[in-house]
Amino acid sequence: MPVSEMQVAMSAPVVEVRDLKKHFPIRKGLLRRTVGNVFAVDGVSFSIQPGETLGLVGESGCGKTTVGRTVLRLVEPTGGSIMVRGEDITHLGKKALRPYRREMQIVFQDPFSSLNPRMRAGTIVGEPLKIHGIADGAERERMVARLFDRVGLRAQQMKNFPHEFSGGQRQRISIARALALNPKLIVADEPVSALDVSIQAQVINLMMDLQREEGLAYLFISHNLAVVEHISHRIAVMYLGRIVEYADKVTLFTRPQHPYTEALLSAVPVPDPALKRNKHMVEGDVPSPVRPPPGCHFHTRCPYAIDRCRVESPPLKDVGDGQLVACHLR
Amino acid sequence: MSPMTAQIAEKVEAAPRRRSIGEVVLTVDDLQTVFYTRAGMVRAVDRVSFALKAGETLAIVGESGCGKSITALSLLRLIPDPPGRIVGGKVVLEGTDLLSLSEPAMRKVRGNRVSMIFQEPMTSLNPVLTVGRQISQALMMHQGMSKAAAMERAVEMLRLVKVPEPAQRVKEYPHQLSGGMRQRVMIAMALSCNPRVLIADEPTTALDVTIQAQILDLILELQNQLGTAVILITHDLGVVAETAQRVIVMYAGRKVEEATVEELFARPLHPYTRGLMASIPRLGLMRNQTVETGRLQEIPGMVPPLFDLPAGCAYAPRCALADDRCRAEYPPFEEKRDAHWAACWHAGE
Ligand SMILES: Nc1ncnc2c1ncn2[C@@H]1O[C@H](COP(=O)(O)OP(=O)(O)OP(=O)(O)O)[C@@H](O)[C@H]1O
Ligand SMILES: Nc1ncnc2c1ncn2[C@@H]1O[C@H](COP(=O)(O)OP(=O)(O)OP(=O)(O)O)[C@@H](O)[C@H]1O
Ligand code: SF4
Ligand SMILES: [Mg+2]
Ligand SMILES: [Mg+2]
Repeated sequence: MPVSEMQVAMSAPVVEVRDLKKHFPIRKGLLRRTVGNVFAVDGVSFSIQPGETLGLVGESGCGKTTVGRTVLRLVEPTGGSIMVRGEDITHLGKKALRPYRREMQIVFQDPFSSLNPRMRAGTIVGEPLKIHGIADGAERERMVARLFDRVGLRAQQMKNFPHEFSGGQRQRISIARALALNPKLIVADEPVSALDVSIQAQVINLMMDLQREEGLAYLFISHNLAVVEHISHRIAVMYLGRIVEYADKVTLFTRPQHPYTEALLSAVPVPDPALKRNKHMVEGDVPSPVRPPPGCHFHTRCPYAIDRCRVESPPLKDVGDGQLVACHLR
Repeated sequence: MSPMTAQIAEKVEAAPRRRSIGEVVLTVDDLQTVFYTRAGMVRAVDRVSFALKAGETLAIVGESGCGKSITALSLLRLIPDPPGRIVGGKVVLEGTDLLSLSEPAMRKVRGNRVSMIFQEPMTSLNPVLTVGRQISQALMMHQGMSKAAAMERAVEMLRLVKVPEPAQRVKEYPHQLSGGMRQRVMIAMALSCNPRVLIADEPTTALDVTIQAQILDLILELQNQLGTAVILITHDLGVVAETAQRVIVMYAGRKVEEATVEELFARPLHPYTRGLMASIPRLGLMRNQTVETGRLQEIPGMVPPLFDLPAGCAYAPRCALADDRCRAEYPPFEEKRDAHWAACWHAGE
């Protein structure tokens, strides 16, 4: 059984971000003068409870990865705050950050390039234990063997190199490495996107098992809505650097309120030839985050846009039952 | 209920399997393509056969590395030799066996009567040529158009694939376009000579779902107008369900199942196909079903290396139904139900 809603509601968040911003400067010329900014993340707020999975979805380039990396302070935020267990870690120095770093780990999309090809699988998984000076020698071996066991790999495979594993197994290695320090939160950035469908299920099941057993929280980044529906408790939908809708899973999938969420959900091809869906096709390309449109970022593609949408940016507001929507028409 | 879910719910009816499907334009018979690697000989395509009719979409699905792209590239004779070689079979396009054509004659077929949209648009567009030059080159070469006429047609093609401001865009280079726009340029290029057969290898994998929906609609629309037959290679069973009429399932270089799309989704017979269908999460909520939070069905293990296939059925090491016969003898590809073939000793059990 998944962690109950009660449990989720009662405890303090593992992580809470408020008005998070990350603008990447665009530099040009010899003097590397800043000529503009990529508004990759532009005022994002959310919180994740212990044992909860927050799904983060949205089109390519909307800022999902940047959010994940900024939360871990792998990327320095331009603005806003990041709270871990109620402590503000936004401006902590490297040393002070360390204990918080241990609690939050990341698993990357590409199981092929995210593992060092010249290191044995056991060494890769044991690395965080070494870096944080937690265990050595035989003790570390034993801990690594236990981690292998927990993610469904055999301890004998510790001697193997990454290329000797399948994509799904490599992703298990990444997860084992992330688990080494007993984290409270794992940021999983497209953890199954590079995998075959048949292998994808192995990794999703593993993540859900670990959550049940350890009360792990996930920030689960993906553009695969079916996977997100399966694994998440709550879901945030991003468009061009901002969250446009934020709700619990059932509400989001049954009563989407933002026109972009509506378009996104209706565009997902459904693996059932007997179903004919009425697509809410949206026209046009995703605008550039360098020059996001004024007002509501979605107005250039929105079938319902009114004049106000073109000038005034809609705030994220509660439309009932904790469903947050950023749209002037709601 | 939101207007959207209401519409989805009320539209539960058979998808119109549209358009008139015509004569057979392409037959592939016992195609065999191998790679000579250090580890041994890889049978990337092992006796694959199928027929393709005008106006229809045939999907090819299967695990990564099962031979989908190599099948497609073999049809166009684009296999790098060495290490690869087509060692057997026939590919007949409207009466002509492509495998016995001279290379100059084959060049007249590629991009003209058979064209392909490649997995990665950026690697198949020339970065130093404008988009217009790239489209018009094919037209000048295959259709003998003048430069001016070809450029005019390039603009028209871009308009057809809904690239905004096409007259301006033909002058731009690939890097100046967004991913979705580049993919549309590829489609414009592939369709510019009205091919009889269009091979689309993962045409939308790199794209967002809203853009993907636009592109797939576009291919269907153009296919309707021009009667092109399409071979669609994809991992996405959702895309298959929405765009194809027939499906081939490949496993480890071989065809293991073939049926119409409705039949395959309703009654998959091969254990691999069944595993595939059961392992995908389903977006149940959108269709007013209950929240699905249980375990997904997994296909245990992985595909065996192609240079070291087991003696019997290649799926046997992962198959729950495998018995001694499966491990010893490769199952024949047989018609198990009306117009529904599978290669399995225990098909449908
Ligand atoms: N280091 C960087 N310097 C400059 N721009 C960046 C940098 N990292 C990301 N960006 C830009 O920020 C925007 C958001 O990128 P991000 O990778 O967060 O998107 P995403 O939602 O994860 O996309 P995808 O689904 O493709 O992974 C993009 O426009 C990207 O080009
Ligand atoms: N240049 C090559 N040298 C050796 N083997 C090759 C080469 N190209 C392809 N192969 C082999 O042929 C097999 C089929 O490859 P192919 O590209 O057709 O797979 P695919 O089904 O298209 O997979 P994907 O879904 O990942 O695109 C692979 O298993 C690979 O090992
Ligand atoms: S032939 Fe045997 S091993 Fe192969 S798929 Fe059928 S039941 Fe499984
Ligand atoms: Mg990303
Ligand atoms: Mg391929």
